[in-house]
Parts: sequence; C-alpha cells; structure tokens
Amino acid sequence: MTRIRLKYSKYGKVRFLSHRDMAKVVERAIRRSHVPVAYSQGFSPRPKLHFGLALPTGYESDAEYLDIDLDPDRVGNRDPEVIAEGLQECVPRGITICEAAKVDPKGLSLQEMVTSTVWVARTGGVEEQLRERCSDLLKASTIEIEIERKGKQRREDLRPLLLALEVLETPTKESITPGPRLTFELGTKPRSIRPSELLDVLGITEPLGVRRMYQWTDSDATMHGPLGEPAPPSTHAKAPAS
Amino acid sequence: MSSQSPEFVWDILEPNLPLVQKPSRYIGCELGVVEPDWDKSANPVSWLLTYPDTYEIGLPNQGLQILFEIINEHPNAVAERGYAPWIDLEERMRTQNIAFFSVDTHRSASGFDVFAFNLSAELNYTNLLNCIDLAGVPIRADERTAEHPIVIAGGHCTYNPEPLADFLDAVVMGDGEEVVSEITDVIAAWKDADGSNRVELLHALCGIEGVYVPSAYSVEYTSDKPGAVVQSIEPQWPEAPEVIAKRTIADLADWPYPRSPIVPLTEVVHDRLNVEVFRGCTRGCRFCQAGMITRPVRERPAEQVARMVADGLESTGYDEVALTSLSTADFSGISEVVSEVMAQDTEGRISVSLPSLRVDAFGVDIASQLQNGRRSGLTFAPEAGTWRMRRIINKLIREEDLYGAVDSAFSQGWRRVKLYFLTGLPSETDEDTLGIARLARNCIEIGRRHHKSPSVTLSVGGFVPKPFTPFQWFGQNTVEELDRKVNLVRDAVRRERGIQIKWHDSRASQLEGVLSRGDRRLGAVIEQAWRSGATFQEWSECFDFDAWMNALESQGLTPEQFSNRHRGESEVLPWDHIDAGLHKDFLWQDWLDALDEVGLPDCRWTPCYDCGACTGYGIEHVVASAVPPAGGSQGTGQDLDTGGLIPEPAAVAVKLTGRQ
Repeated sequence: MTRIRLKYSKYGKVRFLSHRDMAKVVERAIRRSHVPVAYSQGFSPRPKLHFGLALPTGYESDAEYLDIDLDPDRVGNRDPEVIAEGLQECVPRGITICEAAKVDPKGLSLQEMVTSTVWVARTGGVEEQLRERCSDLLKASTIEIEIERKGKQRREDLRPLLLALEVLETPTKESITPGPRLTFELGTKPRSIRPSELLDVLGITEPLGVRRMYQWTDSDATMHGPLGEPAPPSTHAKAPAS
Repeated sequence: MSSQSPEFVWDILEPNLPLVQKPSRYIGCELGVVEPDWDKSANPVSWLLTYPDTYEIGLPNQGLQILFEIINEHPNAVAERGYAPWIDLEERMRTQNIAFFSVDTHRSASGFDVFAFNLSAELNYTNLLNCIDLAGVPIRADERTAEHPIVIAGGHCTYNPEPLADFLDAVVMGDGEEVVSEITDVIAAWKDADGSNRVELLHALCGIEGVYVPSAYSVEYTSDKPGAVVQSIEPQWPEAPEVIAKRTIADLADWPYPRSPIVPLTEVVHDRLNVEVFRGCTRGCRFCQAGMITRPVRERPAEQVARMVADGLESTGYDEVALTSLSTADFSGISEVVSEVMAQDTEGRISVSLPSLRVDAFGVDIASQLQNGRRSGLTFAPEAGTWRMRRIINKLIREEDLYGAVDSAFSQGWRRVKLYFLTGLPSETDEDTLGIARLARNCIEIGRRHHKSPSVTLSVGGFVPKPFTPFQWFGQNTVEELDRKVNLVRDAVRRERGIQIKWHDSRASQLEGVLSRGDRRLGAVIEQAWRSGATFQEWSECFDFDAWMNALESQGLTPEQFSNRHRGESEVLPWDHIDAGLHKDFLWQDWLDALDEVGLPDCRWTPCYDCGACTGYGIEHVVASAVPPAGGSQGTGQDLDTGGLIPEPAAVAVKLTGRQ
C-alpha cells in the first residue's frame, strides 16, 4: 500500500465550505481525476482518505493536509506530483495543491502527529488595546474558558495550549488590508481549542479574517511540518514556559 | 433599494457570511457550471433564473439547470442563478441594503433583464414576493417601469397562474426548452428598438405561443359577494389569445440537457447525477397533476440515456445516478440502460436509483440489480388502502402486487419498506382509510417471514385536488376531516410492532389547496401573508397558518370557497383560459368514471381515450420500444375485475425473480 500526502491552500469564496463539504468535494475530485485510490471493504466501500485537523468554516489556510491511500493494484509508477496535478484540475477555484509526497502508511496519522497550529487573524479594533490584552494574557498562569463540545459545556484551561501570541506590525503597504493583525500558535494535545475561543477571550467576536499558516509536529525531536517542512527558528520561541 | 445596492454585491456580502448559517449556500463556485459570458454580444438579454427556496432545495432542480445551459448557449443571452436567502441572511441584507443576488457572479438582481422563477410548490408563493422585494423591484407588476426586470414564472404551479396574476409580468406554460429563446429574441428586439415602454414589450410577449401575460386579461366575477366565483376571463389586447396553450417539445432526443450537470460543493437534496429518461405519464392516476399536464409520454432513446449517464458520471465524479421520470420502471429501454451502466461500472461502485418504484416484483428486481448492496429501504406508493379506492383514483395495483413487491423486497435483503398513501380522496369511507392500516399490518407480517424485526413506515398525506386533473371539481377534505382520518390510521397501528407512521400537516394541505385552485382575488391574500412575515412556508418551523387565515378573512374570503367546495360542470374554473393539452370533457368524463369506480388502463398499450394530449400537438407518444414493459401489472392488460379479490397474505404466491 502506498500513501501520499497532499498539502493545499484554501482561499477566497471556497473558504466557506465546511470540513464535511471539503471531504465530499475531494472524494468527487478523486473520482473525476481517476486517482487510483484504495477503497474500504464492506457493503458501501468508501475511498480511503484521511483528513487532518478540521479547519473552521470561513477560515482560510496556507497549510491543509490530506492523506490518500492508493490501491497497489492500480497505482503503477505514478508519481505523487502527477496525481496532484490531475487532482488540481478537478477541485474548485480557491483550492491549490502545493505539495505532494509519499509517506509511510504505517506512520502517525495527520490528526495524531500535528502538535500545534499557527494562525494569523485580522482583528479590527485598536492596535494598542490589542497589545495590552495580549500581554495580560501571556502573563496569566491560567486562562479558564467555557467551551462547548458535542453539545456539552465544560471548563478548560487555555493557557497551556497558548504557545505563542503576538501582535504584528500594522502593515503600511497599500496591498494589505490595514488594521492590527494577530498571530498565535495553539497546541493540539491533549485536546485542541479553536482559534475563535482564544479570540473570544481577547474580545474579538467577529474577526475580519483568520488564516491557518502552519501545522507543526514535534513527533521526532525537531519541529517540522507533516511533509518535513522545516519550522522557522522563531516558532515556539515566544512561548513562555508555563 | 436597487439604487443603493451596487452592481456586484460580493464585497458587502462577504463580511456577513461568517455570521450566518450554512454560508456555502451563497458562494456559487460549483463544478460544471457554465461561465456566463456577458460580452458575447453588444447587449445580451440577461436572465436571473431563480428558485424561490433555499439553495439546497433549488440547486438540484433540473428545469432550472436545463434552461441555464440553453440560455447561455444562445448567441445573445446570458443566464445566472439565484436562490432565496435564509431568514438570517435576509435580515442582514435588508439592514445593509444588499439586493437579491445571483450566486454565479454575485450580481444584483436589478441588473438583469428577466427575473425568472421556477414555481414547483404553492407554498413558495410568498418567497417569490420576498425575492422580488429583496431585489428592490416593486412586487406588483403594474408598479414596475422600464428600468425593472420582467418578472416571469414557469413550472407546474403556474398551470393555475391566477393567484399570482398581480405579481407576474408573464407566465410560461409547459416545456421551457424552446420558448426561452423566443422570449430572448422578443426582448432583444424591444431593447434594440427603444426599450422604454414596458407595455409594448408585454404586448409582444403575448404573441409568443405558451406565454401568458396576466395583465392582458380581465376577470369578471358572478358578484361582489364573498362567495362569488369567476364568471369570465377575457383577453383585452388583440395579441392575447383566448386560450393559452402549453408548450411541448416533441422529441426529448433533441434536448440532451443538462449537458454539464452542476455539482454543488455543499450538501443539497437529490445530490447525485440525474438523467431524465422520459417526460409525461399515461398511467392516468387521477390525483396526479404532474402525470396529466406533462403528457404525452416522450421517451429519450436508450442509447442517449446510457451516454448521458456515462458522460455525466465521468464529468461530475458522482457515484450515484438517478434515472428520473414519473415512473421510471415503465421506461421501455430500462433493461438496456441498466445493463449498459452495469457493464461500464467494472469496479461496482456506481449505484443507480429510481426515484419512483413500481409496486410489483419487477420493480424490486430492478432495484436489486441497481443498488449494489446498499439495501437500506425501498419505497412504494400504493396511494390508497382498498381496491375500490384505488380504482377511483386509477392507481390500478392489486393487493397481491403490493404483497409480491414487499415479499420480494424483504426476501432480497431489504429490512425497511416505506409506503406512501393519500387520504381524503373522493368518496373515501372509513373502511378505505383503515385499509391503509390493514395493508401495513399484512406487509409487516410478510416481513417477519424473512427478518426478525422488519420495519414498515407509512407516510400519509392529505389529498389536495389540483387543476387539470379529473379531481379538479372535488371539494378537498377539511383540516378537521383530514386530521380525523390520519388519527384513524394512527390509532389502528399504534400497537403494531414495526409500523411507524408519518403524516403531513393538514393545515399545510389546506393552504396548498386554496392556492392551487384559487383565483386572482388571492393576490391580496398572498401579499398580506408575505407582509406579515410568512415566508419559507414549505418549512414546518416557519409555517404560519394563522397568517393566511387572517389574510383571507380580511379580504372577505374563506378557504372553503376555493378548496373545500365541490364544483359543478358548468362553473368557470379560474384556469379555463389555460390549455394543458387535456380536453375538459375528457377530464369531466374521467371524473364521472372515477365516481363510478371505473378504472382506465394505461393508454400506451390500449386504444386511445382521446384525452387531447397527443392529438392536440400532432405527435403521438414517443416510445422507444413498441413492446409493453416486462413484468407489467398496472394497466398493462391485467384483468381489472379480479383486482378486488383480496388474497390472504399467507397464500401469496411470490414470484421469485431468478436472482437466487
């Protein structure tokens, strides 16, 4: 069995597709582009696709990942990049496949391996106030929040999962939307919290836009992306020990 | 509002989308969508094809997809699509002056020449008004000026266009494939000439066959009193025909549409490839408006169906295809198409579904070939509980046909069977109503021969008489009577293990009845119901019966006068100036036959009854094969006199289908 891992970005109108919608879109694109995907056994065989951590509906992303198991009888010697090119033709505008490589099918799944995700949010509001609130948050030893999962309310300490938080310089270039931007890194273990739950704490209930920048794993000693992308040195550097 | 909304709304719409339910409804971007080319000619005629319900209900509509392609293929026309925004987005659109928009390029509706609606459900009428109003266009036709789009509607509901006469500039009767181009040409000529006098355009539209311009006709009533009925409907303009005949395309083979089926990116109903195998139906079920108004039967050649299935699966990536029609098992090319699809599906991953299954073992046999192991549930529509009743409605299936089908389904692995019934049918007695429960009990008994816990779900709907059916003269059962009948069945199956029952809201049936057979006086009622906020009336959580009853009352009207009253042969019906292809005297005779409990077999394989559908158009039923379908029971030469013999379930000889 061969497993290939794709990295794709999601921008523009299609950012309003939900995780579920995306699964269906990918499944159909795979059939249209004749990817030699492996199917599950049983009465209603499904293509063997393994998605990473769900991206909230409405958020953009530079770094989404998807694993596809290939049928050994049909795969031939097709290159992952050829498969990716074929697939690119069949996905809606706004989704761009940027990398593809073979990975070990016995390795950790995307959901298991990713330990943190990095986000940038256009927040609106006044930069100074935002800086103040961020620095207060980073000083706190615990940040109790009320979260809802599967219809149940529970309390969670956000602080251990807040690995980095920084207000970026307000861009002066005309091409970039003005207003403060916030970047943050959130841990995913043992349970992940949503970017919106951090933004809520900061009083940002209607962000102008949120984008996932990176997904990182520390599964084998060094920080890197699920396709071996090297993490920039600054990552985690701003995460004060908690 | 139109003056405040920009030509393109995306930039002001987008910030709202993270804050509303299901934002993917509003983004377009589907696969397979033909890109509208606004630069194809100097001044193309632009159409906004609108389904006045949510995206997930409207997107799969095949009529809309077909016309979308045909218009975009016209050298001088361009089409985009629109759907009703859900209540949460509507509120935001109103406060922020965002006009009703297309999902293709997010263009404001007021920027189109034609604002066209598909009307498939009467309860959507207030949504029609809401969409027009959201576009910044006056809802009443007589208040629109040359700057406003022409508001047009088509679809099954428009066979009685009168309740909407105040709001529609024009109505298209029948098949739209040809007439949309004729309308385009007339509008193009008008735009090129001057384009300032709207009434001139309406006069010109009157001259197109199948186009009805309500403002060209005047309606007289027998009196000013509340109980008055229509006395006459007369054309006032020389171009307006006395009778507007529906359009019929003679040969489906000429229209292999949609060529490029639209694949949504988000969940919709009927989310699969749909290929229409024939239009029309000659079964002659007397309650079925669709079967009557879409005659004659026109089959698509089997090889074209097979090609559309193969091409469609390839281009869409769907793994399910539905062969659509009013009774697909009757398609004479069914076996050919099925074996072709199965032969191509070497990996066994494609499933074929038939939206309507025939109630006999043949239907089940086809289903078992098609469904590739996915045996979740099968649905049959016996429609009535006794043979007497089924003869009245001309649904000529015998009890043994049903038991054979159910036995065949349970024996071939299905565990759940769903049965559709109508109640409140003409001359229905409590014995007939309770027959529904009796059939269900016998079916569950049959199921127990094969499974430990079989399931039978009854779906009971209140019967709504429709125009252009033999039952158009029948007074609909009242809300109370329909509720009583549903309760009879509920009580009778309450303690039966394995039988579930679902029923339709009788008040919604009552309203549907009023809107189906009403006249122009309902315009004010629809407007008032809309003003009181009664939109999305197809959605039970939004349905507001009181708003409608109040609106009727304030106009001095009653639901009874439109819906619950029997009508006589001499009464002028509000839709008498529309010609759906059926002779009125044929329908009247069929009504009398119904009351005499006389069944009428399928005319494809028996002599012609001269209903008018074929002769009127100089075409005959276009049937791809001259041989009646295999295994046929309903109307295909069965002995109607023996249908009333009720076999004991235990004694049913089940015809095994050779798939052991």
